[in-house]
Amino acid sequence: MTGWIVLPIVLPAAVAAFLLLALSRDLQRQRIVSATASLLLLAIAVHLQALASDGVTRPYFVGAWPAPFGITLVLDGLSATLVLLNAALAAAVVIYAAGGWDARGRHFHPMFHFLMMGVNGAFLTGDVFNLFVFFEVMLIASYGLMLHGGGAPRLRAGFHYVAINLTGSTLFLFAVSLIYAVTGTLNMADLAVKIPAVRPEDAALLRTGGLLLIVVFAIKAALAPLHWWLPNAYAAAPGPSAAVFMIMTKIGAYAILRVSTLIFGPEAGAVAGLAAPWILPAALLTLGIGAAGVLAGRRLVDIACFAALWSMGSLLVAVGLLDGPGISAALYYTVHSTLAGAALFLLADLVAERRGRWRDRLAMAPPIAQALPLSAMFFVAAIAVAGLPPLSGFLGKVLILDAARASAWGVWVWAVLLGTSLVVILGFSRAGSALFWKTRPAEAGAAGAAEARAGLRLGVVGVLLGATLLLSVFAGPLTRGFDAVAAQVLAPSGYVAAVLGGAPAAPGMRR
Amino acid sequence: MTLALIALIPLLGACLPPLTTRSSRTVTAWAAAAPTLLALLILAAQAPAVFGGEVVRTSAEWVPRIGLSFSFMLDGLGLFFAGLILGIGLLIIAYARHYLGRRDPIGRFYAYLLLFQGAMVGIVLSDNILLLVVFWELTSLSSFLLIGYWNHLPEGRQGARMALVVTGGGGLALLAGMLLLGQAAGSHELSEILARGEEVRASPLYMPALLLVLLGAFTKSAQFPFHFWLPHAMAAPTPVSAYLHSATMVKAGVFLLARLWPALAGTDAWFVLVSLTGLATMLVGAWIALFKDDLKAILAYSTVSHLGMMTMLLGFNTGIAVIAAVFHILNHATFKAALFMSAGIVDHETHTRDIRKLGGLYWLMPVTGTLALIAGASMAGVPLLNGFLSKEMMLDAAAEATLAGNGWVVATLATLAALLSVAYSARFVFGTFFGRPRTAFEHPPHEPPPGLWLPVAVLVVPVVAIGLLPGPLAGPIVEMTAAAVAGPAGLPPVKLTLWHGITPALVMSVAAFAGAALLLLLIHHVERARLRLWRPEAKAMFDATVAAAVAGARRLSGGLHTGSLPRDLGVIVLAILAVGLAGFLGATHAPGAREVQPTGIPALAAWVILVAACAGLAVAHRNRLLTLILTSVVGLIVSLAFLQFSAPDLAMTQISVEVVTTILLLLALNLLPKTTPAEPGTARKLRDGAIAAAAGLGAAALAFAAMTRDFETISTYHIEQSKPGGGGTNVVNVILVDFRGFDTFGEIIVLGIAALAIHALLATALRGAAARRLDAMRMGEVSGDAHPLMLVVATRVLLPLALTLAAYIFLRGHNQPGGGFIAGLIAAIALIMQYMASGHAWAAARARLQPLTMIGAGVLIAGLTGMGSWAFGRPFLTSTFGYFHLPIAGEVELASAMAFDLGVFLTVVGAVVLALSHIARVEQRAERSGHAPEDAALPPGPPTAAPRIGLRTPAYGRED
Repeated sequence: MTGWIVLPIVLPAAVAAFLLLALSRDLQRQRIVSATASLLLLAIAVHLQALASDGVTRPYFVGAWPAPFGITLVLDGLSATLVLLNAALAAAVVIYAAGGWDARGRHFHPMFHFLMMGVNGAFLTGDVFNLFVFFEVMLIASYGLMLHGGGAPRLRAGFHYVAINLTGSTLFLFAVSLIYAVTGTLNMADLAVKIPAVRPEDAALLRTGGLLLIVVFAIKAALAPLHWWLPNAYAAAPGPSAAVFMIMTKIGAYAILRVSTLIFGPEAGAVAGLAAPWILPAALLTLGIGAAGVLAGRRLVDIACFAALWSMGSLLVAVGLLDGPGISAALYYTVHSTLAGAALFLLADLVAERRGRWRDRLAMAPPIAQALPLSAMFFVAAIAVAGLPPLSGFLGKVLILDAARASAWGVWVWAVLLGTSLVVILGFSRAGSALFWKTRPAEAGAAGAAEARAGLRLGVVGVLLGATLLLSVFAGPLTRGFDAVAAQVLAPSGYVAAVLGGAPAAPGMRR
Repeated sequence: MTLALIALIPLLGACLPPLTTRSSRTVTAWAAAAPTLLALLILAAQAPAVFGGEVVRTSAEWVPRIGLSFSFMLDGLGLFFAGLILGIGLLIIAYARHYLGRRDPIGRFYAYLLLFQGAMVGIVLSDNILLLVVFWELTSLSSFLLIGYWNHLPEGRQGARMALVVTGGGGLALLAGMLLLGQAAGSHELSEILARGEEVRASPLYMPALLLVLLGAFTKSAQFPFHFWLPHAMAAPTPVSAYLHSATMVKAGVFLLARLWPALAGTDAWFVLVSLTGLATMLVGAWIALFKDDLKAILAYSTVSHLGMMTMLLGFNTGIAVIAAVFHILNHATFKAALFMSAGIVDHETHTRDIRKLGGLYWLMPVTGTLALIAGASMAGVPLLNGFLSKEMMLDAAAEATLAGNGWVVATLATLAALLSVAYSARFVFGTFFGRPRTAFEHPPHEPPPGLWLPVAVLVVPVVAIGLLPGPLAGPIVEMTAAAVAGPAGLPPVKLTLWHGITPALVMSVAAFAGAALLLLLIHHVERARLRLWRPEAKAMFDATVAAAVAGARRLSGGLHTGSLPRDLGVIVLAILAVGLAGFLGATHAPGAREVQPTGIPALAAWVILVAACAGLAVAHRNRLLTLILTSVVGLIVSLAFLQFSAPDLAMTQISVEVVTTILLLLALNLLPKTTPAEPGTARKLRDGAIAAAAGLGAAALAFAAMTRDFETISTYHIEQSKPGGGGTNVVNVILVDFRGFDTFGEIIVLGIAALAIHALLATALRGAAARRLDAMRMGEVSGDAHPLMLVVATRVLLPLALTLAAYIFLRGHNQPGGGFIAGLIAAIALIMQYMASGHAWAAARARLQPLTMIGAGVLIAGLTGMGSWAFGRPFLTSTFGYFHLPIAGEVELASAMAFDLGVFLTVVGAVVLALSHIARVEQRAERSGHAPEDAALPPGPPTAAPRIGLRTPAYGRED
């Protein structure tokens, strides 16, 4: 059943095209088709996850051209997990957006599904140039979703976003060209084979290309000091767009992980482990900048943005360790921070629309409608995001701390991660206290009332937060699964053999 | 799993009280009491086994990777604490039922209380140190909710945040400490760790683990210098103060010291750190308590002092001190909770807690007065009450402690603390209940309902009973608990008796009472002296620290995230340069071996033009039109270069893309000012120029290095397989639609989305504030003739020609230069010319195919072509081709890739026409002000979705 592998890419593209072709002016039907398609995507992703859980790497040769001459998609534990995560997030966000946001501009649903196509493609592709194409699909679709609803702040932030990311895209082309110039191939598995054999006189070009590629991914992952696009863009974006963007930074981290283990692994000669000296220090810097931003935030959405940045710092610390425990922790943290961060952005949206002219600013305002469920959800979301027990953020943090023990940077990781955690806790306690506790008497008709369909949207946030609890309760089986994925990722020979032919990877192959 | 239930029942039971809020408050109280009672019964059922020396254990897996398991154990220490927590919890639930006002949401209160209770029981029953941390932080969180329960009060909010930050921060330290401890012991299971004390103390990780664990314990138990949060936590309703901040939660730190005693205690470091911190806390707390006027503040600082005493005792490293500590934990829980509840009754009845306004209440409320008197006397350490006994034992232990060779330092300071304790206890009781009434109460206070004083009475019973019969009543419990801490071997026989004879402790005790009497006589002088001393205001310092942190964070974050794109891009480019350079220098390099081709005159000319255009661009970039022209020069030279290097497809694509982008930008330019805003300063220009030049030179050098070397690529295969495998001789086209058709599929979607984004953006721009601004703008001169006849005629004549050309280029694409992409661009240019020449309305009215439909259809056709191969069991986009004989055309090759290319064609046409025609429409709109566009029928935007911000400020950081 390897034919399913291409579905997470083709289905959203076809759905988006269908929405444009047949339903471009019928929002109600768009919603039905869009939500159904998202659930279908989720079902496909679940199936792929089940398929990948046996530890076998499965290639999919698009156009039936053999690797490395055509484009190969690859389903392994890593890509299956992330496609599933994306599908779950997408289903939640699409339902939330159908609660009203999608009516504030044109083409929300088509662009959303095009984004899904790009994200899934980026996770599944086994070809560096194809990855570039999916990055472009994502970039332009996310740009459209970010501008959804219009307005000057969004345009300005959007320009910032797209300018920096296009710089990244240009650099991507440079990096890929350099790597192609010395290896003559674009297929990742083929690169893994050819790179150890690169001639010494070409080593410098290869290294430059490799590092520039990592820089591109680091821009996507919002790794400091390349993170500038994130805070403005996510804060200006509509709530549901920002929520779904939580997966996009993860793609940068995923790509770093993928190329670092597959292409620039220990056997890669001149480029072995080339990202390692850069990622960890930069991730610690990201933690610091993110935490400072959380404390400095004057609006809930700013806090959510910097909390997202901070979580990328944590995640990249784990990625930067580049060993089994680190990768496993990174996977757990990825799932956690995507869902929790998305919940926080949606909450910020719900809060903002209920506080009249105060929006989500941390200023004294009259009590809001549905204060009890919202404040309870905020409390839970803050606990999850800040990494306090008993939710998944805490376990994710402990997993990272545990994984960092062996690292030379271990003490720094512990000090910075725990220290910034305290700053984030402080920031969230101030925000929650200002938003929900420090109220002033209501003015007649000033506070925003709860809108219709609010129940549906609150429900979506509730589901996302419930997921962080489930992540925590089932952390045992999950970490076991992620350990297996990490082992698979660290033994790229299985990947290479699956793509380039030869014996299929044995299940549960360990290094 | 029975053990786990003791913690889980209150945690899950927390849902019950809020469900009953429609019933009476008594029902709600019962809903809270029921889980507590149930948990207590389960605990009691386990008690006989524990008294019999057994340790009850249960374990379930949670996260084995980090050694976190759901394991619980019940030994003497756990039983002791769990009993205290649940027992006092019941009394507090009863008390709170009467204490809370009618307007307080009582369901929520009980829910928080049960959450806390479950978490606290979890701490004392955990057999896994990480599980312990989980519960530890849960108590911090539930305490946050309880302190902030009256969230309309600023003190409540601030106290809650302060407590959360201090204890939550301590929890983070504890987490680190526990991880290190686990590493040192090789296990995260407490029972294992406690058995490996030697190993732990010998480990190099002992010191850091000890420091971090102590940081956690000291913050939780309000030890100096972290004692400041506890008095501010008193903003909570009194039942909370009595329960969390006196009887239970603050004892968690002390509990932890006792729990880890076998693993961590016994070293000099432990003695110095723990006992001295405790001693300092004992003194500082007692001293401050003496001068407080708020009843709850007196009790809060007294609690700090007593917690210090317990800490000090545990720090002494001796079995006898452990017995004293355990005994005092029990005694303190009884008399202090009773005192808090009494203070709550006074507050409830008189509406003040200020001791300066109180007095003589004994005769108005004799029951409460008596109970408070007894409890207060116990706190002072008056004989025949339980507080006396544990104080004697403390003094005894202190008398034996030597610090740096001195046998009397600790003893003296402990006596001093006892003296202060007597003094503030006396002040508390006498100031409130005796003397003259100092306020004329509007409604004279009277005895509260029994619901309020009964729980106090229940607590005062053991105060007296244990005081009189310590051995039989408290002996077994204390012995069992102390044995669990220090181990049966390390423990002297527990003899709790009233009379020990004339011991040093008795002498110290007597001295304390005498000194306290003297102190109270001279209190006004002491007070005056104290006021002259420097008194650190912990709250102010904490607030100032937080304010400074917030201000610093704002400065840092605001300074970093200015929203200046040039700056951000500058940093990014610098990072790229640094990383790229480091990468290049980190490995070996040799110049390429390929011969450099001779430079011909045409190439030289093209190069000169290119450089001149770039230089001109840098100089004249403020003129937007000139910029556009110069940029297209660059594009043209690039397409010439493609031609030179035998890439006609690329050249054709490049030229058509150039045309389309130039039209697009020309349309956009019409809506923009003619020049760009002026830039500041030469220095910045030089800086930015230097960065740009470095990046440009770097890119050029890399390109040169790459182009001057030979290498083998996968393209060899593409060239070989183009005809036999892909059915076309134009390898570029076969790559585009077949080998890498998947890339093309993605790229046409990129184009389609870009058009959608433009469409959506302009659709919003045509309504609301942006539309009004557009109307007001009327940029530039209005053309004398909007639609010149010559142009109209020429474009209409050209249309069929251009479309035929597009069809030709499309059809030949598979074998000769051409293909769907180029054909699409040509067709789009032909169509867009109609829009430009004849106006949007004219063209749109005649367009049969809507551009949106074209995009959708194009993507769908390309996608369906790819899916078609599924019908034959082949992967997505597998192509097929065959030769057919058609009547007129003769032998014709048809490839499935052509259908794919048709999708490409349609998407390209749709995307370009959609984007360009809408920009043209916006322009039209600007020309014909006041006319509502047809698309304006969209639903109105959100009222405040896009806060209006001045043009010069970035979106971030402005709205404060």
